[in-house]
Amino acid sequence: MLGLTRKDFTLLLVVVALTLLAPIILNPFPVSSSLGQSFNAGYPALLQRFAIFGILVIGFNILFGLTGYLSFGHAAFLGVGSYAAVWMFKLLSYNIVPAILLSVIVAGLFSIVIGYVSLRRSGIYFSILTLAFAQMSYALAYSVLTPLTNGETGLQVYASDPQILAGAGAPSAPHFFGLPMASSTTLNMGGWAFTFEVGYYLCALMLIAAFYLSIRIFRSPFGMMLRAIKSNQTRMNYTGLNTKPYMLWAFIISGMYAGLAGGLLAAMDPLTGAERMYWTASGEIVVMAILGGVGTLIGPIVGSGVIKYLENIVSKINENVLHQWFGALPDPIENGLIWLVHPFVGEGWHLTLGLLFMVVVIFLPGGLVQGGQRLAALFNRKSGTVTAADRDAARQKSAE
Amino acid sequence: MGILEVKGVNKRFGGLQALGDVNLSIAENTVHAIIGPNGAGKSTLLNVLVGKLIPDSGSVMFDGQSVLGRKPFEIAQMGISRVFQTPEIFSDLTVMENVLIPCFAKRDGAFRMHAIEPVRHERAITAQAEAMLEEVNMLSKAHEIASSLSRGDKRRLEMAMCLVQEPRLMLLDEPTAGMARADTENTIALLKDIRTKRGITMAIIEHDMQVVFSLADRITVLAQGTPLVEGSPDQIKTDPKVREAYLGETQI
Repeated sequence: MLGLTRKDFTLLLVVVALTLLAPIILNPFPVSSSLGQSFNAGYPALLQRFAIFGILVIGFNILFGLTGYLSFGHAAFLGVGSYAAVWMFKLLSYNIVPAILLSVIVAGLFSIVIGYVSLRRSGIYFSILTLAFAQMSYALAYSVLTPLTNGETGLQVYASDPQILAGAGAPSAPHFFGLPMASSTTLNMGGWAFTFEVGYYLCALMLIAAFYLSIRIFRSPFGMMLRAIKSNQTRMNYTGLNTKPYMLWAFIISGMYAGLAGGLLAAMDPLTGAERMYWTASGEIVVMAILGGVGTLIGPIVGSGVIKYLENIVSKINENVLHQWFGALPDPIENGLIWLVHPFVGEGWHLTLGLLFMVVVIFLPGGLVQGGQRLAALFNRKSGTVTAADRDAARQKSAE
Repeated sequence: MGILEVKGVNKRFGGLQALGDVNLSIAENTVHAIIGPNGAGKSTLLNVLVGKLIPDSGSVMFDGQSVLGRKPFEIAQMGISRVFQTPEIFSDLTVMENVLIPCFAKRDGAFRMHAIEPVRHERAITAQAEAMLEEVNMLSKAHEIASSLSRGDKRRLEMAMCLVQEPRLMLLDEPTAGMARADTENTIALLKDIRTKRGITMAIIEHDMQVVFSLADRITVLAQGTPLVEGSPDQIKTDPKVREAYLGETQI
């Protein structure tokens, strides 16, 4: 169906269901309960981030997962996309369609230039070149290009901006032909409240489209060529294949995905700054991809989801929340538990992430997706041992 | 006029004359072996033929066109395939994919962007790859990851990858190096089979005299970067200059 095998189609359906129902699934606890206040992640601002960073890492995975070329400057394309979108808001109107289109196009053009130069080298030198380009972009955006980027203040829309296509009475916030991104309905059921926001659903639809396109690319001759480049470039050359245009296309597609993510970030909140291109932002993309599972279809969504969850939910758990949780226990035990847990939550969420990352890299080179497959194998007990399951997974992956 | 004509090729690495005035003509439909002691310039010559090295002077014509200055992928597109000493295959891909890739390269050239239609919808190409695997008796292993194959199977897979492109000339760089006797014999049988069935022109660089004498129609002996003698296997076996330069130390 839709040109997919049964297995891939099922995977797509799962992603469609999860993204469309995310506002419900991620709000498992009543609003007023302490668990709800701590762990409910189904609010629009965070849901948008899940979807947007999912798109970003899906695109990154087309480059890194298939070809093995590690771009360490991918945030530059995200940033460029955001700037392009905000400029469209300033010049044309708050309609998100031209903004998102331009962000994808500009990021694509930008990645032709960076890709053309960086792809002259491979391995660590390629990574360093992309990193250098991204840091140059950051520095330019921060200072030299202030007329274009508004420097450290960040680019935003002012009342004095032309907005030549905005008619009288047009919404003063991003909208899709009059439908504001921020409009939402809330469904109250008992103690639960589920908010369905236009902005999130736009991001969700884009995520589904991005995911579908990535499945098609993975299964296409182009995707196979990219995996062949990762496997053996010598054989590619002696088979009569020119690896350069394949690599450049992979780089451009991946950059356009990042541009789309940048455009969506601006569409959700019409301002942007140079920090979006900073090297730590690029590093985060790499961590998301590796955590989820490089080269797997679903890994990027898992990886970006886990990190955004830790960043936004676990980081909120401060000492007061811990006191609430363990309050019923005798004081010495309560204090002991808090002493134990506290370094890993709240501001210490990076520590949790770091440990998780180490565990994944050491024990699950295939990322959390591989972890999931192993768990499934343990529960199924069909194939007996874990190694047999892993081999099956590897075979299915490449046998499609 | 051979399919491959090497004329007056010189290559110098610093003070070392790796190739000195090499002339070589490989006739269509022959198996031409290039032998010689270590350091005779066999590998340098091969690297010149595939575009990896550019000679200081001389010309290399393949089917009337110069190969000099062309990139390896362009030379491969002209119809020259290469089999390596250690099989160069796509280890992370399945056996089937390993054969599909050269099929696409043959049909679509050095680059074509088809990123949407799935590979499995390319029925003609898939059938072609399956037929090739059938021919080398590997169809049952089509969905195995290539790295899991035995050494002998990897060699056969690499041959299949070259053959499916229907090359005009196959260059084989010590195809039996480091192989056990049984594997060597299998490889010889496979090469003979290819030769009788497909009549592909081959140039073989080889140390193993058994391989050379059981396959080659013509033999060129290189010594110190220069062709010493060229002739049929029988002529080479009895040539006193060859015995002195090379065969004297080897048991035939």
